[in-house]
Amino acid sequence: MSLAEHLRARTPTRRWVGLGVAAAVWTGLYAANAPFWDWLLLDVVGLDEGTRVGSGVHFFFYDTVKIALLLVGIIFVVTVLRSFMSVERTRAMLGGRREGLGNVLAAGLGVVTPFCSCSAVPAFIGFVAAGVPIGVTMSFLIASPLVNEVAIALLLGLFGVGPTLLYVGAGLTIAVVAGLVLGRMRVERWVEPFVFETRLGGRPVDPAVGLTWDDRIQMGVEEVQTILRKIWPYLLVGIGLGAAIHGWAPDDLFARYAGADNPFAVLVAVAIGVPLYSNAAGVLPLVEALHDKGLPMGTLLAFMMAVVALSLPELILLRRVLKSRLIALFVAVVATGIVATGYLFNTVLGV
Amino acid sequence: MDIAILGPGCANCVNLERVTREAVADLGVTATVEKVTDYGAIAGYGVMSTPALVVDGEVVLSGRVPTTAQVAELLAARTTA
Repeated sequence: MSLAEHLRARTPTRRWVGLGVAAAVWTGLYAANAPFWDWLLLDVVGLDEGTRVGSGVHFFFYDTVKIALLLVGIIFVVTVLRSFMSVERTRAMLGGRREGLGNVLAAGLGVVTPFCSCSAVPAFIGFVAAGVPIGVTMSFLIASPLVNEVAIALLLGLFGVGPTLLYVGAGLTIAVVAGLVLGRMRVERWVEPFVFETRLGGRPVDPAVGLTWDDRIQMGVEEVQTILRKIWPYLLVGIGLGAAIHGWAPDDLFARYAGADNPFAVLVAVAIGVPLYSNAAGVLPLVEALHDKGLPMGTLLAFMMAVVALSLPELILLRRVLKSRLIALFVAVVATGIVATGYLFNTVLGV
Repeated sequence: MDIAILGPGCANCVNLERVTREAVADLGVTATVEKVTDYGAIAGYGVMSTPALVVDGEVVLSGRVPTTAQVAELLAARTTA
């Protein structure tokens, strides 16, 4: 019997008890992670945490387990919560909205609406057909990848609540401002004409309607499996690099070249991050290690946002509905927002 | 039975097609399965979240990849109707 069938066969009581047990096991594992590796690697194996090998190996094992647990927990919770939202509902909420408030709402909905980047084009057509202004639609399309649940999970675990809120706030602000700027530029002329001619026909099916709790839980379990299967190689490479930096890189190496006193550090970080499109999961362990080595938070947030926000595959998809001019403008506006965020946080927060 | 899979061709659409073909085989019904990748045609069905499943011209599911059993259920409901 597969896990999904097992869940399906449960009665409501058994389902909630099962979820409670799973939450308790998760909490226990999370709490036991540090003491366990301290015991195994330092006491049993006899590694010295003061040495490079010792601290690197300890960082690798401890971080791998911590990040895996965080991803499982947060992706599950986010997926279950998101199963109540859909692109169809978002469109209904945005239809007829003006710019301004519409952009704010669109950015917020971009974060909470479950969204596969393959759906970017049909969603774009659907929004335009419903009379949602292009700038408001852009706010939605920018916020969706920029404020990413995997990144939230990792930031929360590695840096705590403060930097996580900064990241979410900055991401939403960039999406709102970028959408407003693009809206002002009357970018309609750079949207492929067929978008305006397309009429939505048929009877749409809202994916969020008619789901039972069992369906939602099952979707959460499946999403955890799908994402972990997709990102584990990035994750291990990222943690490996993080461990290497943690154990071997001289303390002042990165701070000397990319520290708070280098005015070009944020620009360079974004320039490196955009083409490096990968996964937040692979980048964040690296970000954590670099932060330990004295890189300022603003530079690191800018780097991470550059990595997750502008994805080449999504841009190629969007090329079907947007002309190259608008794609270039879209990248430029979002990149400018990210650079500004980096400098702002460096100024406000320091290291 | 005419079945269409709507989607530009990402992993989710490929999975939906596989699951649908399995469900068709399990049920033993005769059905044609075609893929619709043209965005104009997808929008023509009113679909905004891909992948989506269309049976005899009607959208029955969109925005997620169901299990084989769920698709079989959807198809079975249509064969008896």
